[in-house]
Amino acid sequence: MNSINSSVRDKLLAILTGVTFVGLWEILPASGLINPFFTSSPSRIYVAAKWLFANGFWNDIYVSLTQFTLGMLLAMVVGIVLGLLLGWYKTLNAMFEPFVTMLNAMPRVALLPIIILWLGIGMESKIAAVFLGAFLPIIITVMKGVRTVDENLIKCARSFGANDAQMFLTLAVPSSLPFIVAGLHIAVGRGLVGVVIGELLASQAGVGHMMAKASATFQIDKVFVGVLFLAVFGYLLTELLKLIEKQFEKWRPQ
Amino acid sequence: MNIEARNLSVDYTLRLTNEPLAALKSVSFSVESGKFVCLIGASGCGKTTLLNVAAGLVAPSAGELLLDGVPVYGPGRDRAMVFQSAALLPWRTVFKNAMYGLEIQGYPFREAKRIVSELIDLVGLTGFEKSFPRELSGGMQQRVNLARALATQPKLLLMDEPFASLDAQMREYMQGEIERIWQQTRQTTLFVTHSIDEAVFLADEIIVMTSRPGRIKTTVQVDLPRPRALEMKKDPRFHAIADSLRDQLDREFREMMGQGIFQGD
Repeated sequence: MNSINSSVRDKLLAILTGVTFVGLWEILPASGLINPFFTSSPSRIYVAAKWLFANGFWNDIYVSLTQFTLGMLLAMVVGIVLGLLLGWYKTLNAMFEPFVTMLNAMPRVALLPIIILWLGIGMESKIAAVFLGAFLPIIITVMKGVRTVDENLIKCARSFGANDAQMFLTLAVPSSLPFIVAGLHIAVGRGLVGVVIGELLASQAGVGHMMAKASATFQIDKVFVGVLFLAVFGYLLTELLKLIEKQFEKWRPQ
Repeated sequence: MNIEARNLSVDYTLRLTNEPLAALKSVSFSVESGKFVCLIGASGCGKTTLLNVAAGLVAPSAGELLLDGVPVYGPGRDRAMVFQSAALLPWRTVFKNAMYGLEIQGYPFREAKRIVSELIDLVGLTGFEKSFPRELSGGMQQRVNLARALATQPKLLLMDEPFASLDAQMREYMQGEIERIWQQTRQTTLFVTHSIDEAVFLADEIIVMTSRPGRIKTTVQVDLPRPRALEMKKDPRFHAIADSLRDQLDREFREMMGQGIFQGD
């Protein structure tokens, strides 16, 4: 079987699994075998989604996306810059690396109560939560990327009389680009966790806020709308990053 | 560019055991400007170390290396190195790789482009300007490596076993190419190799080195006429020089084995 056929077959298999799951989810509660009060069902979720989109869900999405985007941008700028610098300059690395490792190892959700006290329950605290989740994986992968610069390339640059800044710009930065994208892969997931946890804990609007409210009033259908939205959003972002990663395949050695 | 080594020594410290290792010991020689000189000797005889000193990448522990009468201090624009591994930037195309040295040395973009366009032709890479290194064979990669070094128009070209990783056929072909290119540039060249054949074919002068610590055993003049074609390798005069070199290197190698220098290698 050739590869095009097999990739089509793989896609069909995935769709079949999905359809079966959704079908069972619809049939089992309807047949009375399980209680839809806790499990909901696709048709109930559809109805809840229709109601939500007509009653302010767009605003929740807008708030969550704004918080996520701003937090991610901040994390990218800080993470990429710090990662490049800490990876390349040995002195900076010695000064800060232990703390980066320490921060990365701790459950940063534990910082959220402090952040909420400092920044309040508005957008700022959620932006900070996204940032905290996302910037460490970026720093760490970028640092790793800078250190993988081929020794032979450094020797070559030196033989042409390159100074440190030139080696940094012509060798360290380009060779860490694929690592930046790899870091973003992890960061997207962590950032989403940040925005949702932040909204669940204390907020005035947002997808997580809607879910917390619905859950507290036993409206499981609405909670599932939030879950599905986040799942689809995360999936789309990951696919986008895969597209960007393909750009590096042109030159990346196998 | 005239080269003169005066009692040049280089000591390394072994990373694992912290023991000192003499890579070069009191090496003296001189090379006239415009000559093609091959350095030959067994692995570990300090050929590459000598080249690195000339490139300014390794500082001598004692003695000095003079280029046109001035001691080497760090890398400089008057020299360029062709590495054993092609050391190409994988994210750059052939053309941009060839421009790398000029870019580092701050040439204006237009001038760099003009110089590199000419060199791409000279080294036989026409049509591959937009390819990435991973798309090229080992021989093609070494052409880019060479073009990058030639682009900076060095007065001294340093080549560190540039064909060591090529298969035999490609290696012979590239030797012919180096001869062809050198006919046009006539740069003073130091070429490290451990192939006797390669050294005799390319060199005006061959410096034979002994092993650990590296010393100069002898210098052989190669007075075969230029330009040389690969057929030259069938010439009796070629064989006479190659055979005498082989004898000297064999004797050297047996002495070394007798001293057990290779034990534990």
